[in-house]
Amino acid sequence: MAAGAPVTALVVTGFGLNCEEESVAAYRKAGAQARAVHAADLFSGAVSLRGASIVHLSGGFSFGDDLGSGRVFANRVRLGRLPSGSTVLRELAAFVADGGLVFGVCNGFQILVRAGLLPNLGGAFEPEVTLAHNDSGRFEDRWVSCLASASPSPAFRGAPRFDLPVRHGEGKLVIRDAEVHDALVRQRLVALQYADADGPQQAYPANPNGSTLACAALTDPSGRVLGAMPHPEAYLRLELHPAWPTRAPREGEGEGDGEPADGLRVFQNLVAAARACGRLKDPQ
Amino acid sequence: MTRVIAIASKRGAEDPRARALGEHVSRALGSVTTARSVRVFATTHEEASDEELAAFARGALADPLVDDVEVSARLSPAGALSYVHLARLPGLTDDEARSAELSWALVRGEAPPDAATFFTEELVVFDEPLPPETLARLARDVLGNPNVHALSWGALPFVPVDPKRVALTAHARVEAVPLPDTDEALLALSKERSLGLSLAELRAIAAHLAEPDVARARAAAGLPAAPTDCELEIFAQTWSEHCKHKEFNATIAIDDRERGEARTLRSLFKTCVSGPTREVCAKLEARGQGFVVVVFDDNAGVVRVDEDRNLTLKVETHNSPSALDPYGGAITGILGCNRDAVGTGRGGGRLYFNTDVLCFGTPTYAEPLLPGQLHPARVFEGVVAGVRDGGNKSGVPTVNGALVFDDRYSGKPLVFCGSAALVPARVSVDGQAAPAWKKDVRPGDHVVTVGGRVGQDGIHGATFSSSELGEGQSRGVVQVGSPFTQKLVVDLLEEAAALGLIAGVNDSGAGGLSSSAGELARLTGGARIDTSLVPLKYPGLLPWEIFVSESQERMTLAVRPAHLPRLLTLAAERGVEARAIGEFTSTGQLEVVFGEVPVASLSLTFLHDGAPPLSLSAIVEAPRSRPCRAHDRSLGPLLLEVLASPNVCSREAVVRAYDHEVKGKTVVKPYMGVEGHAPQDAAVLLVDHEGHEGVAVASGICPRYGDLDPYAMAQGAFDEAVRSLVSVGARLPGDAEGPFELFCGCDNFCVPDSVFHPEGNPDGREKLGKLVRVAEGLAEMVRAFEVPLVSGKDSMKNDLRAGGRKISAPPTLLVTMVAKVRDVRRVVTSEWKRTGDVVFLVGETHDELGRSIALSVLRDEGGLAPRVRIPETRALYTLMTTAHERRLLASSHDVSDGGLAVALAECCIGAGLGARVHAGTDTLPALSALFSESHARFVVSVPAARAGEAAALFGDRATRLGEVGGDALEVTWRGAHVVRLPVTDLARAWQRGLL
Repeated sequence: MAAGAPVTALVVTGFGLNCEEESVAAYRKAGAQARAVHAADLFSGAVSLRGASIVHLSGGFSFGDDLGSGRVFANRVRLGRLPSGSTVLRELAAFVADGGLVFGVCNGFQILVRAGLLPNLGGAFEPEVTLAHNDSGRFEDRWVSCLASASPSPAFRGAPRFDLPVRHGEGKLVIRDAEVHDALVRQRLVALQYADADGPQQAYPANPNGSTLACAALTDPSGRVLGAMPHPEAYLRLELHPAWPTRAPREGEGEGDGEPADGLRVFQNLVAAARACGRLKDPQ
Repeated sequence: MTRVIAIASKRGAEDPRARALGEHVSRALGSVTTARSVRVFATTHEEASDEELAAFARGALADPLVDDVEVSARLSPAGALSYVHLARLPGLTDDEARSAELSWALVRGEAPPDAATFFTEELVVFDEPLPPETLARLARDVLGNPNVHALSWGALPFVPVDPKRVALTAHARVEAVPLPDTDEALLALSKERSLGLSLAELRAIAAHLAEPDVARARAAAGLPAAPTDCELEIFAQTWSEHCKHKEFNATIAIDDRERGEARTLRSLFKTCVSGPTREVCAKLEARGQGFVVVVFDDNAGVVRVDEDRNLTLKVETHNSPSALDPYGGAITGILGCNRDAVGTGRGGGRLYFNTDVLCFGTPTYAEPLLPGQLHPARVFEGVVAGVRDGGNKSGVPTVNGALVFDDRYSGKPLVFCGSAALVPARVSVDGQAAPAWKKDVRPGDHVVTVGGRVGQDGIHGATFSSSELGEGQSRGVVQVGSPFTQKLVVDLLEEAAALGLIAGVNDSGAGGLSSSAGELARLTGGARIDTSLVPLKYPGLLPWEIFVSESQERMTLAVRPAHLPRLLTLAAERGVEARAIGEFTSTGQLEVVFGEVPVASLSLTFLHDGAPPLSLSAIVEAPRSRPCRAHDRSLGPLLLEVLASPNVCSREAVVRAYDHEVKGKTVVKPYMGVEGHAPQDAAVLLVDHEGHEGVAVASGICPRYGDLDPYAMAQGAFDEAVRSLVSVGARLPGDAEGPFELFCGCDNFCVPDSVFHPEGNPDGREKLGKLVRVAEGLAEMVRAFEVPLVSGKDSMKNDLRAGGRKISAPPTLLVTMVAKVRDVRRVVTSEWKRTGDVVFLVGETHDELGRSIALSVLRDEGGLAPRVRIPETRALYTLMTTAHERRLLASSHDVSDGGLAVALAECCIGAGLGARVHAGTDTLPALSALFSESHARFVVSVPAARAGEAAALFGDRATRLGEVGGDALEVTWRGAHVVRLPVTDLARAWQRGLL
């Protein structure tokens, strides 16, 4: 992937994933070429990742969330054989090693975790964290405010705070042990934290699921694999925020500050990073 | 000895679901109880060792960080003493087990098996030694449903038994069913076979089959002289009220006591729904404003959104199934409605949004339950979960709806499920552009079934939903929906339609293949189906069962022979089962065979036009009116009580369980504002991610007023939907320009049994009279507002008869409306925006407290029902449209349940800002000024600098009430404060919670 070449994003859909339309729109608005690819074509090897800069796993209910969110899809990623004899997991790992970006949102995040791609501290795709049922025990569609942290991921740069909707029942980050916990903190892999006005927050409702470390988004140590529970692709324009009618300027008040909607900013950051992918290998 | 895999949360780990389950059970029992759920997988893989099964479960079924896995023939979770065990009744859809099979095959590197090898079950365990009667009650009434589950309970340990599988030994067999001569014997036959056919209908069938030509043709085709079992079932389904709408098309002799005359009405549908709609469509076309593409003759109405896109709209009810299995009934209702929205024309639509309007008994219902009746709270909970999973798992935002509580819905709940899809206007078929909304089915095209397999579940749904509920009426009717299966089907259809592979599509819902293939067959004048080719869940179904089974998540396609291979390949790649099962013909016959065995052959003409027309009689009574009592209740506390009442209080906790913004288009969500608590009148969605055009959707429903005046009730429901759309900024056809400013509706009637019977339904004529007035009220509104009804449905027997009692739903009309908005950045929401903005009441308050929320709190049944003053209302909406165009409105909220006081309170709660206002009129009593539910009113706020302009625009049609500000709602009347309440108190009352 040479710098300057057009950035291509593949948005994986099918088998119950369902945010492909807005995810494709997100990458296009951010200046990338984007298209939806059916997971069946990924599992069969009909579509290869070669030539793409970003692989996006969208939200939804893959395989109905049977056996737990994302698990069946992850089973296929880990175990399903491609004609080459490889697995989608190995293909994705090679793609990332080659400088590609992988972004999973909501169900996509759950798939990345269950497949062992996140956080993958040990590099062996083992379960180091999980996304468990929300403390509330319920699915909720609600907007949250998140603080960006200085993580290796480029996604949340350029603004301190991101307002985004959450729409999930299983989004609570649970960490296997103290060692993994320390590594996540030390390597600053929590890329986004649920927050209120005072800062990161463990308590409901600011933290919608009780996630450890108030984690809303998690990256791998390379910064090239990212998962987020909130949905940036659902906030591509200012009129999608629940308070937009209150915030909209009135006649004679000018036309706002021209800043992009928080969700669109995430995709702009990813596309910019993909464009400059040579530098991404050393995010500091 | 039967081994099972048991997966439970790690002991000691925090388990929110267990906590929620414990709370749920404790609430039901009235005492504190702990409960945990263990997921159980039974399996037929006897070749696998315990270790292999456990390793598989740890790697592929469980979450190693939070779950413990055990493989055992005896389960006794540590610390627990008693259990309830739930297994699905044999043959019901079990997606999770299919996923386990898929994972097993992946781990072993094998192909997934064709037959079931895993079965999911649930073991709920309690730390208390609960007595058997308590466990039985929990099993039947709280945790499981005997219509869905095989249940067992007792003291631990739990010893698993082999999962029950459907093992049918019946062979492909066709039975001739001679029609007896006597009336009694005919009726007995209809009842015994659950056909729901009347005497006149059975006589018509017998006469038809006896016609010499018909008899000769039957003999030549190898069919008996008497109808076959399959043929009777086809008649029963095709002529069911659900499919044929006999009552809505009946000739009604009316004794009109309101007008003092006798009159006759030929077909409510034609007179009051399709007739007025066609008139309006013609007027709009003549003005160059026509937007209706298809109305009344496909699965959903089709309207134009722009040059390249159409929108399909459908609203269905799923009342009877939801009464028996609230979760399954609601989920299959939503999925069925989705299939209609994408099963129109050549298919290819992408689902756009769902709506849900739910009518239940009050959650605090305290009457003793009748046999088979579920408590309204349980129905509520189950239906909401079904709506949630039906929409969320399909990736369709649920954006609008309503909850209506009235104990007359405790027999049969009303579950209205609405769907819209965006469909390309054209598809390319073999390089030629073809209109996507129009089916082009030709003789020789294949009949292809796609999606779920057929089982015995869901046989007789169409006939069942056309009758009142009785005791023990569940077998075969309850189904488990699979949003996942259907999502694959809907995705496949979109892909296949875009490739031009589909000539026509139909939903396989009520009536199964009989209905879906039978309807498509009318397009070519025939079809021949081989039931032996239909994919089955398990072997042994009889041919007639295969043909009328309503097993879910299926669609029937017409596919050109040249396109078939590509379609089948694509389906296989997408994990969807598709099979060609016959072909369309031009023989005039609907023919069914099982391999070489003839099963049915019926004239399509007779099948669709041969049902004898129905004649009914109705009595129209004058509207009821008596004055309400004098009330001296202090209005502040009354407002708090009204805000907390079930028909007014916040629905936010329910609505947030629905994903209302998947697809990233929902600009006006159900709840808006900085804190997200502000209830909205209509939802607004972007058409696409690039432009600014939007579609608004709202609904109107107010059955309470029908007790006093059904005509006014219908008009109120219609007005509520219109004014909600006008409130956000949509323009009625008379105020709009051009062909793409669509504004259309969908009517759904749900009424109690309205056919007179001297013993069974002695007031049937009066009930039918009410229905007549509801329909007539609707018709007048359609004409006056020029809003066509592009789709609709009637559900006629919303009664429960059990234990010697009958609970009948009140006549209910739901009006769902959809309109285009030109620029979503200009739409207006309900909550106040800024301190200092000036508050107006647009429209007039009349003394119309009849059946208002306030009077129901005060237990007063007097007062007049609100009525719609049509010319004044129509003129007012033009003024509102002008106000929107001039961007005068900072907020706008329609006034409905609870009147002006509630509208003001909601504007305050939504913004977290108070207001100092006048009650709007000193001439009416304060109670009427604040709580009257007169239609055609809005509470709007206007920037102070433009208040004069607004006052000039509205003239005497608006009243300046005061201004936004402070942290309390203060209302004055005749110079004195009648309400003074902090916004936080209003919010607390309103958000007290429903569940």
